[in-house]
Amino acid sequence: MKFLFKILKDFPAYLWSGWGAIASTLLFIALWDLGNQVYGNLVLPSPLETFKTLYIMLQDKDVWQQIDITLYRASVGFGLSLLFGSILGLIAGFFATASMMSRPIVTILVGMPPIAWIVLAMIWFGMGDETVIFTVVVASFPIIFVGALQGTRTLDGDLKEMAESFGFTWYMKFFDVYFPHIFSYIFPAWVSGLGMAWKIVIMAELLATSDGMGAELAIARSQLDTPTALALVTIMITSLMFIEYIVLEPIKREVELWRA
Amino acid sequence: MESLEVKNLTHHFGFTEILHNINFTLKKGEVLSVVGPSGGGKTTLLHLCAGLLDVEEGSIQNSFKSTAFAFQEGRLLPWKNVIDNIAVGLLAKGEKKDEALKKSQKIALEFGLEEEDFTKYPKDLSGGMKQRVNFARALVTKPSLLFLDEPFSALDIGLKKELYAHLLDSCKENEMSILFITHDLMEAIRLSDKILLLKADPGHIVKTFEYDTPNDKREEIFIYEQSAKILQDKEIIDTFELNTLELI
Repeated sequence: MKFLFKILKDFPAYLWSGWGAIASTLLFIALWDLGNQVYGNLVLPSPLETFKTLYIMLQDKDVWQQIDITLYRASVGFGLSLLFGSILGLIAGFFATASMMSRPIVTILVGMPPIAWIVLAMIWFGMGDETVIFTVVVASFPIIFVGALQGTRTLDGDLKEMAESFGFTWYMKFFDVYFPHIFSYIFPAWVSGLGMAWKIVIMAELLATSDGMGAELAIARSQLDTPTALALVTIMITSLMFIEYIVLEPIKREVELWRA
Repeated sequence: MESLEVKNLTHHFGFTEILHNINFTLKKGEVLSVVGPSGGGKTTLLHLCAGLLDVEEGSIQNSFKSTAFAFQEGRLLPWKNVIDNIAVGLLAKGEKKDEALKKSQKIALEFGLEEEDFTKYPKDLSGGMKQRVNFARALVTKPSLLFLDEPFSALDIGLKKELYAHLLDSCKENEMSILFITHDLMEAIRLSDKILLLKADPGHIVKTFEYDTPNDKREEIFIYEQSAKILQDKEIIDTFELNTLELI
């Protein structure tokens, strides 16, 4: 509770530090507009036109429904990866044999391109939620798993000995010695897993479903409707930026104050 | 009477014998140091006595009510600030949180830490400050036996003296005993009632030196004289291989 309060208290200062980020975003939009002036509206619609299209789209209930569908798939997929990736990663980290055995499997999972998984999933599950969720899990699970595994593998033996010599209870050992260290590994893994999930969900939808934002993007492509396509991309990017910079980053800063 | 009794202690790592037939007794209020060259099994001996390693052959009987450990390198929890780091020993003993924090703040001030340091994380502390925290963490629990693993080796001479004084105070006030390993003979002479000389390969005790002068009454001159004397000792020369230096 105290911790939550501290995050909220430091939040304005954190927002204030965001001027640089805003400036570079505006610079990016300026370059985008330059691209529009050079290549014309069909190839690259102007930011203004894109934002206008976006505004009209957001009035439409159907668009929100599509966003909902995508959100649902991404969160179920990411939630499953989070749960199983963290738990299995921790278990694998605590046992040397398990971590040795899991390494090649993780390499296969990381190395296999998601697009190949989509093809397999389409054969296994057909066109629907399961295919998308499966692909999301397959793509973000290994990232989280490796984060948890690394966190447990790299626990400091010297600190364990210190805890032993002072007779820490198991509760203290876990919360004061193991948890902060593991968390400093697993939390960034969650963040990159989330980014991965959000990217993969769109790709899987584009190829394997007839609804969701990915499918909308496919329709925009077939109609050469570049403003809509860019508006959709804008929704994806802003939502990801919101989660990363407004929700996760402040938590990360508080949690990792102790880091050099 | 509280005591630490080590009998016929032998220890192996794999097939290598690290310690061979070690015997000694540490009585209440006594400061006992084990000196010897690096890699001679001193740390292993200390860890066995502190229960951080399991005894294989021989026996260690520890009847001291409470023990604490001060490590060579601070071993502070990097995610806790100074006060929370000092308090861990008390909390592990089941002390209430606010009580533990109060005691920790008090001892932190005694150990020369400033109030503005209290909320700092170990990454922002100098080596000397880390070691002050390390000692405060061990002594705040008022242990009846303190294990020291060369905690002075990287400190400047002023801070060393300050920490020696804190240790001797605790010994006097709480009748604390110390088991102390070091490779610094002068330090051993300054603090100990008894010095065990541990020779390597495998670690065994070759000689015991005893000092009767109370350790808080030892003048600098006494320490220098005794150091000069002990450096002439044949066993010391042999154990630390001092004669090879003369050949060069």
